Amino acid sequence: MLQSIRTAPPRYWLVAIVVIFFVGFPTVITSFQTSLWTQAIVLAIAIMGLNILVGYSGQLSLGHGAFMALGAYTSAILAHHYKIDYLLTIPIAALLTGVVGFLFGIPALRLSALYLALATFALAVVTPSLIKRPPGLTGGVQGILVRQPDPPQFAQDAFTTVTGTVMTSDQWIYYVSLLCALVLFWLAWNLVRHRPGRAMRAIRDGEVAAAASGISIAGYKTLAFGISAFYAGMAGSLFGLATGFVSPDTFPVSLSIQLLVGVVVGGLASIPGPLLGAIFAYFLPIESNQWVPSQTWIPAQITSTVKNAGPAVSYGAVLILIMMFAPNGIVGLINWGYAIVKRRLRGAGDRETGQMPPDAQTV
Amino acid sequence: MQEFLQQLVTGIAAGGIFASLALALVLIYNAMGLVNFAQGEMAMVATFVAFALINSGMSYWIVFPVTLVLAFGGGIVIQRVVIRPVERAPVLTLVIITLGLATLLNGLAGFVFGYGLHSFPSPFPAQSADVFGVFVSYRDLGVIAVSGLVLLAVYLLLQRTTVGLTMRAAAHHPEASRLLGVQVSWMLALGWGLASAVGAVSGMMVAPILFLEPSMMQTIIIYAFAAAVLGGIESPLGAVVGGLIVGVTVNLAGAYLVGGDLQLAVGLAIIVIALILKPNGLFGRASGRRV
Repeated sequence: MLQSIRTAPPRYWLVAIVVIFFVGFPTVITSFQTSLWTQAIVLAIAIMGLNILVGYSGQLSLGHGAFMALGAYTSAILAHHYKIDYLLTIPIAALLTGVVGFLFGIPALRLSALYLALATFALAVVTPSLIKRPPGLTGGVQGILVRQPDPPQFAQDAFTTVTGTVMTSDQWIYYVSLLCALVLFWLAWNLVRHRPGRAMRAIRDGEVAAAASGISIAGYKTLAFGISAFYAGMAGSLFGLATGFVSPDTFPVSLSIQLLVGVVVGGLASIPGPLLGAIFAYFLPIESNQWVPSQTWIPAQITSTVKNAGPAVSYGAVLILIMMFAPNGIVGLINWGYAIVKRRLRGAGDRETGQMPPDAQTV
Repeated sequence: MQEFLQQLVTGIAAGGIFASLALALVLIYNAMGLVNFAQGEMAMVATFVAFALINSGMSYWIVFPVTLVLAFGGGIVIQRVVIRPVERAPVLTLVIITLGLATLLNGLAGFVFGYGLHSFPSPFPAQSADVFGVFVSYRDLGVIAVSGLVLLAVYLLLQRTTVGLTMRAAAHHPEASRLLGVQVSWMLALGWGLASAVGAVSGMMVAPILFLEPSMMQTIIIYAFAAAVLGGIESPLGAVVGGLIVGVTVNLAGAYLVGGDLQLAVGLAIIVIALILKPNGLFGRASGRRV
């Protein structure tokens, strides 16, 4: 045990530090800030799902906001109309969305990447008007209010022991979301390192070669769709819980674009990428909303315009610049910098013998 | 019956608008095998430019051609600056970049022109003509006429001029064209410019019907997608026919079947049905895949 801890690779330590950070974070920030971080974590789950689809299996979906909407509305309807405990509806919503995504993946098999992008984009645009019907079930334009649960006794006791304050329901929802995120990220990490992940990457990089190696193309592509939708559904369900309501305006087409921004910025086909991408995509508009009015050099009459246009402009610019110059996102940039530093450090020793070390092999 | 015919004419007018934007999509698809998600936003920006020119006191009939020239130039600039560096990138990368471009243009338009609603002037009178007992508004007739002229002009340019021939050659056989001395890259830029100008027409036609605002084209682009997919995404004729079918279907469905708020869902349904039943569209050739 001690031996395995001592010899653990640095990335395990990094994971441990990040997990401890996220577990301890709500004890030092306010309840309101905690609810913001809950939404960022929830977004990270959805982005992880999209990353499995886009980054690992190479199918582009621009309509993952629709899957999030399905998950959120499933939970809200079950909790509101059928009086089921909201926390119990989360796995149901995720499973249902996963099944729908799996079925959606079957016709998607016949489409080229371009047509798939086009159809899912249309789905994302239509979603808000679709979920207004039937109004009796989905609450129409108003949507459905979600009652946020009180934290259970054991969580309250633990929280009070650590911080000395009473746990709010925002903080409880944060921990529920964090637990879901940890499990789902761990599952994704296992998925991509093992047979299904390798098969998906093989299909992405060369469908014919993958088929020739005996990989079931249709099977893994629809599986990727199903898993991806499962993640989006769970994220949607948690999103409803975190915001306290679901409505058509919660799932505009810009949500789907936000998810894509998160995937691209964090880094396609990487596991830590979605977390970094989610933090970027979620906090950029919020920070710009706070930052812009505080700047005195921006004339007062255009402040609101800058505030509204800022996120769209930066999302667009970031999408273009990252795809042009750093297709592997933040994680790619970090790896690149790390490789350079490592080569420098090693190269200094080897230079005297006249031998440069070989480049790191990518797997 | 009379009301039905009036709805039909309105549908055809809407179809002309969709057909123009779908044609712009087809032009770029033919040039580089890419669906340009930013086409609608490019048209929206061009319409805002036209709006600014009209507000500065110029006559509509001068603004119209000036805007087309500006849109043409803008399209070329976008191709040179944004698309050309990644010309050979995988289609996934290109789609994400055009989507980024759409978001960027939407934000920039909001930044420069604000998010308010503006009413855009129509050059045609608001009255209706009595055609065999059916009241047809001059605006619908004007939109149909302008769209028809644009489509005809593009057809003539592509099929009857040397430039058009060179553009088609560069798109279909870039290697062979290059050997024959065609500057393929500039032909692609020309394709983008042309598409941008054709899209700008649809923007200026739709703006008097809807209000002018940064998200104006967000629904129109879905109908244009539907038109392009239905007609076969590589066929200019298909885009026109598809546009008319989509315009009429959506309009009639909105009036008699599902109501106005679900019209967009009809557009989605057309895309899905066309992709499942006839992935190559009505006029597209079945494409073989080389293994």
